[in-house]
Amino acid sequence: MSLDSARARWEKTTLAASLAKVPERKARFTTSSGIEVRRVYTPADVAGAEYSSDLGWPGEPPFTRGVQPTMYRSRTWTMRQYAGYATAQETNARYRYLLGHGQTGLSVAFDLPTQIGYDSDHPLARGEVGKVGVAVSSLDDAETLFGGIPLGGVSTSMTINATAAVLLGMYAAVARGQGVRTEDLQGTVQNDILKEYVARGTYIYPPRASMRVVTDIFAFCRERMPRFNPISISGYHIREAGATAVQEVAFTLANGIAYVSAALAAGLSVDDFAGRLSFFFNSHSNFLEEIAKFRAARRLWARIMRERFNAAKPESAMLRFHTQTAGCTLTAQQPENNVVRVAFQALAAVLGGTQSLHTNSRDEALALPTEESVRIALRTQQLVAHETGVADTVDPLAGSYCVEAMTDEIERRAREYIDKIDGMGGAVAAIEAGYMQAEIADSAYRHQREVESRERVIVGVNDFKVSEKPPRRLLRVKPEVERRQLRQLASFRRKRDEGAVAAALSGVKKAASGEENVVFPIVEAVEARATLGEISDALRDVFGEYEAR
Amino acid sequence: MKKTRRVIRVLIAKPGLDGHDRGAKVVARALRDAGMEVVYTGIRQTPDAVASAAVQEGVDFVGLSCLSGAHGHLFPEVVRLLRSRGAREVIVFGGGIIPESDIPALKKAGIRKVFPPGSSTEDIVLWIRQAWEGSEAGKA
Repeated sequence: MSLDSARARWEKTTLAASLAKVPERKARFTTSSGIEVRRVYTPADVAGAEYSSDLGWPGEPPFTRGVQPTMYRSRTWTMRQYAGYATAQETNARYRYLLGHGQTGLSVAFDLPTQIGYDSDHPLARGEVGKVGVAVSSLDDAETLFGGIPLGGVSTSMTINATAAVLLGMYAAVARGQGVRTEDLQGTVQNDILKEYVARGTYIYPPRASMRVVTDIFAFCRERMPRFNPISISGYHIREAGATAVQEVAFTLANGIAYVSAALAAGLSVDDFAGRLSFFFNSHSNFLEEIAKFRAARRLWARIMRERFNAAKPESAMLRFHTQTAGCTLTAQQPENNVVRVAFQALAAVLGGTQSLHTNSRDEALALPTEESVRIALRTQQLVAHETGVADTVDPLAGSYCVEAMTDEIERRAREYIDKIDGMGGAVAAIEAGYMQAEIADSAYRHQREVESRERVIVGVNDFKVSEKPPRRLLRVKPEVERRQLRQLASFRRKRDEGAVAAALSGVKKAASGEENVVFPIVEAVEARATLGEISDALRDVFGEYEAR
Repeated sequence: MKKTRRVIRVLIAKPGLDGHDRGAKVVARALRDAGMEVVYTGIRQTPDAVASAAVQEGVDFVGLSCLSGAHGHLFPEVVRLLRSRGAREVIVFGGGIIPESDIPALKKAGIRKVFPPGSSTEDIVLWIRQAWEGSEAGKA
């Protein structure tokens, strides 16, 4: 009997009898992306797939099954908790705490003034110093931040975009101070400015000037810090802003295409830089869709790099990514439930083949996490790695009719979006026209409507509610922190050679006005003890500032 | 039959450096769908720019959103600047990542209502309508 007729028989007999007694919960089941979830998947749903070209082998294009041949059998993913608050002193203590509890990489959260190029003493920094991350205005701050942490032996990810060149310069200077060669430094600088215009908001300069700084950083890293990832092309924040899983993949890869095109236009050759591109995704709540999303993103990127950009080296087509569990799914209600949400999301990321992972803490819908909350979040990863057994085989869900069908569908829908964006002139033009922003806002609003109509159940928020007392023991960043940071910055300024600072800043302006790589003079300015705000101002003078539409 | 009354006007604003505006945009759209006139400032506004926009647009309500933890400084500053420009009647409310223990101080500074994470837009619409009924402008 053929599969079709076998299915018809089952539907007419067993299924029909069951539906007559127990109807299904909904007329239609859908994922976040509106993909219809079928009742049951069969070989017919993956009939078009060709194993060698659509799945292939781990560590080989199209990397659907993972970027390393052995995946977590050799080494588990890097457990990397994003952390930073108050001043460099407090954050340094948090890093030592995390490393002491088995974390295997650092991830720096900077406060908003640092991200937007304002020193802590700038009027617009008031109230924001040390709030969402650590305040770093000066080289002294950077030295304190990494004090006692041997930078030759740890990989560090820095969530920094508009001011990435400055922080990269500071990191290199601290490392040299420890006697570590910059060539040996490992880590990632986010340096993904496009998603700042789309979703995250820490831009400074207009898009085209910013794109030039991005590609200057590629060239700088290639020369001075070849083991550092010069960009982390990020879907995380796009998803947090309300995008669906398909939009997350599509807009992230569209931005990736824009960076590759910009680097090629700047004279770099694809196999010289593409292997160092890295990515950053969100792990949201729909477990199967998320696993499929990671696999689809990997395969689609490999195809884009080979077909569109003629990448020859396999590494150039390899989508390596960091994952963070979805902050926007955390609830202020019954916050202990967040531990469970995060565990499922972490498991999806691992089943999706992530290279590193941040697990959110239970209290983050209300405040920065306490030490205890962060420890539970880190333990969640250690549980997945050492107790569940999912790390013992490569890509365990490959071959699941459902996961493979969803992987195909996400890739197909993401491609449609990318074609549309190509038609608009690429990601930069689409962002300038507000296209991605509007698509994301529509999805966010639809999600909210679904939650309010209870079409989508959020446990503890629109169903299964209890009356509860507000949580105690939240982490607070006290106002004294801002005052202490201002004193430290004033003392830094008093102790430096103002002539050297002025000369270095004019070097930055000169490079920015011309064609030469702007990162080298920025690094020199950092070493001459110019502050982050001063360097950013020098660039503002030349590039101007971006005004959102 | 009730006389036709003027439409409620609301400014939704993002003071400070925080760029997370998913919530602000969702609330702005929900208020529009509920028949209000809504102006959204966009992200990264100074308290001064928010107050100026509120006065210029002649709004009845200002809704402030902040997820960076800087609400304790920014929200009271907006209220102060509004009042100093003579906008005494404008009702200010807010939302974002705001722990419950911060709410009393915000209320004391003139923020009439704070909507914590998980609030529904329906509740926000209802609250605005009720506050409007009780206000001078709403009675006029």
